[in-house]
Amino acid sequence: MTASDAILEAAGLTKAFATGDRRTVALDAVSLRVRPGVVTGLIGPDGAGKTTFMRLAAGLLAPDAGRIAALGLDATRDSLRVQASLGYMPQRFGLYEDLSVAENLALYADLQGVAPAERPARYAELMHMTGLAPFTKRLAGRLSGGMKQKLGLACTLLRAPRLLLLDEPTVGVDPVSRRELWAIVERLVRGEGMSVLLSTAYLDEAERCAEVVMIHEGRILEQGPPSAVSARLAGRTWAVARAGTRHRDLHAELDGRPGVVDALVQGEHVRLVAAAPGLPPDVAAMPGLAAREVPPRFEDGFIDLLRQRQPAVARAARMDGGAAAAGAADGVVIEVKGLHRRFGDFRAVDGVDLTVRRGEIFGLLGANGAGKTTTFRILCGLLPASAGQVEVAGLDLRRAASAARARIGYMSQKFSLYGNLDVAQNLAFFAAAYGLAGAERAARIAWAVEEFALAEHAGQLAVDLPLGYKQRLAMACALMHRPEILFLDEPTSGVDPLARREFWKRINALARAGVTILVTTHFMEEAEYCDRLAIMAAGRILATGEPAAIKALARTAANPEPSLEDAFIALVERPAEAA
Amino acid sequence: MSAARGGSAMRLRGLLRKEFLQIVRDPSSIAIAFLMPVFLLALFGYGVSLDAEDVPIALVQDAPSRDGADFLASLRGTPSFAPRDAASMAEAERLLREGTVSGIVRVPADFPRRLREASGAPVQVVVSGVDANTARLVQGYVEGAWGNWLAARAARQGQEAATPVDLQPRTWFNGELRSRNYLVPGLVAIIMTLIGALLTALVMAREWERGTMEALMVTPASMTEVLLGKLGAYFVLGTGGMLLSVAMAVWLFEVPLRGSFWVLWACSSLFLLAALGMGLTISTLARSQFVAGQVAIIATFLPAFLLSGFIFDIGAMPPVVQAITHVVVARYFVAIVQTLFLAGDVWAVIVPNAAALAIMAAAFLAITWRKSRKRLD
Repeated sequence: MTASDAILEAAGLTKAFATGDRRTVALDAVSLRVRPGVVTGLIGPDGAGKTTFMRLAAGLLAPDAGRIAALGLDATRDSLRVQASLGYMPQRFGLYEDLSVAENLALYADLQGVAPAERPARYAELMHMTGLAPFTKRLAGRLSGGMKQKLGLACTLLRAPRLLLLDEPTVGVDPVSRRELWAIVERLVRGEGMSVLLSTAYLDEAERCAEVVMIHEGRILEQGPPSAVSARLAGRTWAVARAGTRHRDLHAELDGRPGVVDALVQGEHVRLVAAAPGLPPDVAAMPGLAAREVPPRFEDGFIDLLRQRQPAVARAARMDGGAAAAGAADGVVIEVKGLHRRFGDFRAVDGVDLTVRRGEIFGLLGANGAGKTTTFRILCGLLPASAGQVEVAGLDLRRAASAARARIGYMSQKFSLYGNLDVAQNLAFFAAAYGLAGAERAARIAWAVEEFALAEHAGQLAVDLPLGYKQRLAMACALMHRPEILFLDEPTSGVDPLARREFWKRINALARAGVTILVTTHFMEEAEYCDRLAIMAAGRILATGEPAAIKALARTAANPEPSLEDAFIALVERPAEAA
Repeated sequence: MSAARGGSAMRLRGLLRKEFLQIVRDPSSIAIAFLMPVFLLALFGYGVSLDAEDVPIALVQDAPSRDGADFLASLRGTPSFAPRDAASMAEAERLLREGTVSGIVRVPADFPRRLREASGAPVQVVVSGVDANTARLVQGYVEGAWGNWLAARAARQGQEAATPVDLQPRTWFNGELRSRNYLVPGLVAIIMTLIGALLTALVMAREWERGTMEALMVTPASMTEVLLGKLGAYFVLGTGGMLLSVAMAVWLFEVPLRGSFWVLWACSSLFLLAALGMGLTISTLARSQFVAGQVAIIATFLPAFLLSGFIFDIGAMPPVVQAITHVVVARYFVAIVQTLFLAGDVWAVIVPNAAALAIMAAAFLAITWRKSRKRLD
């Protein structure tokens, strides 16, 4: 090795992409060093520049300025040699879906020049490590998301590279597989001394890394061990509650007060990050408040860093729930009994029962493919059920689907916006589509532009908007007709934590105004913002209840304070143990 | 160095095996490579015909006469027409307007009288010009039938027919004048364009879409090896399509193959390389299957269909369009296959066209090779 002890080193790395006449800077003078023999996390939201950095490191892109060296070789000039010695797993690993597990392995073994004599032992080792041994004959396309990721990892590891680049290996993967992937990575580092650079948008994964590089909008925020990031917050993180006040109302009171960096609904209390050690005086002065100090998390540190660059907009979300919502109190608005949906012989939804009350935030939590989106589409009347009863806003969906649809808003995973219409045109279109006309339409559009701060982007095409703004626009469109029930399908996947907070602030305001909200998510921490949760896997609901109650299901002597993820894993694995 | 070459062979073998497994397992590849040819051949072999057969015509006699009936009877006997009698010219015109018939043959009232005069007797032929091709055919056939009838009548009366020129037509290469005989060989070019250009452009774009290209790029495999893998696999598939088409042409549609099969094989291989080169060139530009498919249809398939001389004679096109046909690869190959099937090994046709194919194949493959770098931007 060279004099430097870094296995990957970037200096002044800059890369911009041009689409049409727009130039986007993906990386802006990034310098960083990755230490050998540990896991380094490259952490940031979508669009931060993580994938661009990985591709530059693998020699798949050439930088505009600066240099990057991997394993002591210049990744740009010596790209073939670099590619021959490192392992790189792209975000969507290129598995050939019509080839079996064994055939995919054989292809990549051929391509990486693994000697035929070494193969049987290496295959066996990798299949054992990834738990794929029973499925070697199965087509890769028939594997679950988690299994595909593990097979991709196995293909990358065939030649045991010294440096492993993993681009968001855990995105969209169920918590059980996520844990297994991390176990594999940790074993490689400890057992084989491999160096790993892993990118992720999940802030909770940062704590598993030996070192983290925080990246935001193409710039490095900070680099160091994760403990150093949270250590700065010692004495600044609090769990706050007040008897007789709903956590959501308390959150609205606390958010944006002087001295409060971050406030977050978390289960039955509000999590607070103070600007300085100790409870902010302004908060301490509030009567009847019970505050208890809690250990800081990595996410708190990340938010703290972001807020220093980008102060919070101190404005209360102003949401009206529409006339209908203000009416009846705690009535049941969604009632689902024995819901089934089959696609061919695949049971996407396999006997789901749900009851959601007015003004509730109800979360459906599950991995990709658990049946969340299918359930949603049935509830919105977009897809007929194969069997079962569905009542939404008191209307039977089988008979009055369109009447029910007029009273619901739906925001889909991909933000169904017209990319080649600008913001104002999108708003006008959706207002017209929901049957708003004349003064009412103008009033609602004006409300949306003001409430979602869209004015400065009004003339921009939706496709060119930053992700956070796309999400705002999509939500504005879904709220055009003052729906009394709002369906949000994976609304925050990929957006940065600040945008996610702003989003939840609006959701809270809507719920307080009486709108019922159903949300699907695979972010475990996000599920804590919900009043009640249903945990879904393989088309079934495993448990329903308040977040605290669900967490309690996993409480054991060894783990007295389980996280929602622990609870999820315990629930998913329970039937397997019983069988 | 020898180790590196061994590695290259291993990589290439791996890539080829992958391509074949994918072809075998992907129903759409099989459909384009084998079902499309069968469908196109059946369509053009049985369905589309440029010959006039059973053309509906109306026969009108203004006044019944023996001579008139005799002439009309001669039209009834031919396989070219499906005649029907109309009571009056007005009815016949109605049938023509409704599209029930494509032409009218009218024998006027003074036909028997004027037949005996020196100036000769008139027969009126009205054709629907909507389909110009059929119109010309009807006209030609009726004229022929008229001449034949006059000659036969003269012979019956022991006279020489008063025709100034005695035309004795003799058709070369396609004695029966079956349009099938030149359509079916031309189809080989169309089918190989489909497999070579369309299918190849699609499967390359699919690698980009599914993210497999990025994974291939970070392996030690070079872009040349990836391209050779695709080229090899689809060359074999295209040859299969060619053999299938030739076999169906010869044994099912009984199109004569007068030239050498091996010359056909060699020229097909050249054309296939050019088609594959076009497909790969498209895929270096279009990285989504949708765009690649559109571009391949517009830039390769449609020109092969319309501008290659497969159906429409290049000599009859306006000079500008004729000039454009020189960049249509299929044009050179259609000339070769039609010659090989119907005329034989005419080297004066084969050599220059094959040379053009070789140049175009080399050009497209060179563009592809230069354009593909192991870089994502």
